[in-house]
Amino acid sequence: MPNDATSPYATYLSHLEKGELAYQFSPAANCAVFFPRLLCPYSGSDRLEWRVSKGRGTVYATTVVHPAEGQPYNVALIDCDEGFRLMSRVEDIAPTDVKIGMRVKFRVHKPGGEEAPIPVFTPEAA
Amino acid sequence: MEGLKRGAAAIVGVAESDLGQVAEGMSPMDLVAQGTQRALADCGLTLKDVDGLFCAMTQQRMSITSMIEYLGIAPKFIGSSMTGGSSFEFHVAQAVAAIEAGLCSVAVIGYGSTQRSVGRRAASQREVNPYETPFNPFLPTSAYALAASRHMHQYGTTREQLAEVAVAARKWAQLNPVAWEKKDLTVADVLKSRMISHPLSVRDCCLVTDGGGAMVITSAARAKSLKKAPAYILGCGHGITHMNISSMPDLTVTGAVEAGRAAYKMAKLSAKDMDVVELYDAFTINTILFLEDLGFCQKGEGGPFVSGGNIAPGGGLAVNTNGGGLSYCHPGMYGLLILIEGVRQLRGECGERQSKKHDTAMVHGNGGVLSAQASVILGTGATL
Repeated sequence: MPNDATSPYATYLSHLEKGELAYQFSPAANCAVFFPRLLCPYSGSDRLEWRVSKGRGTVYATTVVHPAEGQPYNVALIDCDEGFRLMSRVEDIAPTDVKIGMRVKFRVHKPGGEEAPIPVFTPEAA
Repeated sequence: MEGLKRGAAAIVGVAESDLGQVAEGMSPMDLVAQGTQRALADCGLTLKDVDGLFCAMTQQRMSITSMIEYLGIAPKFIGSSMTGGSSFEFHVAQAVAAIEAGLCSVAVIGYGSTQRSVGRRAASQREVNPYETPFNPFLPTSAYALAASRHMHQYGTTREQLAEVAVAARKWAQLNPVAWEKKDLTVADVLKSRMISHPLSVRDCCLVTDGGGAMVITSAARAKSLKKAPAYILGCGHGITHMNISSMPDLTVTGAVEAGRAAYKMAKLSAKDMDVVELYDAFTINTILFLEDLGFCQKGEGGPFVSGGNIAPGGGLAVNTNGGGLSYCHPGMYGLLILIEGVRQLRGECGERQSKKHDTAMVHGNGGVLSAQASVILGTGATL
């Protein structure tokens, strides 16, 4: 069997480069899968379909990190409407104003240089 | 645990190594050796009797191999499951299985850490996860903070209730001669201490100390002939729900539910039968989650349960009687030290902090970020 030509993470990143938040869907388990991988953790199936999220979600849990140096910042877990959860942060508001249950929308953050793009969120209402 | 026999083996020797801040140049394996020598002396056995070895640590990649080299023995059976702080609760179940199967007869489980001396970063290298690391969670604290945020949201748990856990731990620590932090601590002190990852302040977080220890396990038959009263292993169970916090199915429910269920079933006991409770309190939210998940109170009622000194000395339930990871000692992976305290409580060796009733102990280990949960139920001869 020849080696796989690409990795789950590389596929995920190529979507982010295009401004898309990609996730996987398992037909065998009939549910979303995240983080991207080669085997569905709910069914063991290796048939995972790539889908692009509509980019809407709800804050599931949130914390404000107070680093020894620098400003406090947000880290949150976001439940996307398609049924998967990921770690991210909510931008454009004060970290202390990020609340559980808040509706948020995705945007891509490109740090530039060697760093890979990452999915971040902003309040949906804004 | 399915397939293990209740009371087939016992913990017969326990000992801490040096704790807190150890002498300059002391290695993690020096601490394992100290613990091993002291634990063997505790039960009257020698290294020549040992034919099973278990070890896990963050500072030695091949810790069991290092332990064999250091001790100069050739064990018939070894184990080195690495589930973070709960590794040793897993090792207990594995040692029982190995002894029952005749693979070894006297097993030593060891641990050592010099994380305070060498620095946390050097002691425990963080892994890069492309789905979490870019957001700079301050791990492990931020993962526990996320769980706390969810518990507060769903059940109205307050920072004051989290602080009660730290205050109770400190009061127990004040009764433990070898505890690291003994200064008086109030709920107000916890609330105004430096914020690390909201809602957890520095006083909601475990200590960063050196330390370690060892314990000796053998068959129930052999245990009877040794120096001290055996702590029989009545029940073992585990539950692993995830590795990274973003993959934890429900941040308010841990694998302790499954771990406890399996351990109680094997022990033929329930939460109400437990005289002493030793929970892995890496953060104040842990104690609340584990009291709920192990059946000491209903889900969501952990906050009220720990309030008013209910888990402090003289309270309704003796929880974390050594002062916990919060105030006694937390050398990176703390799960071995709670087993040691459980055994000492059963023996009645705990002086001022001794629980009046001490025939049974629930010892519950936690590893990773609420990831790998494992329970061990210990009992005196009266419980067999």
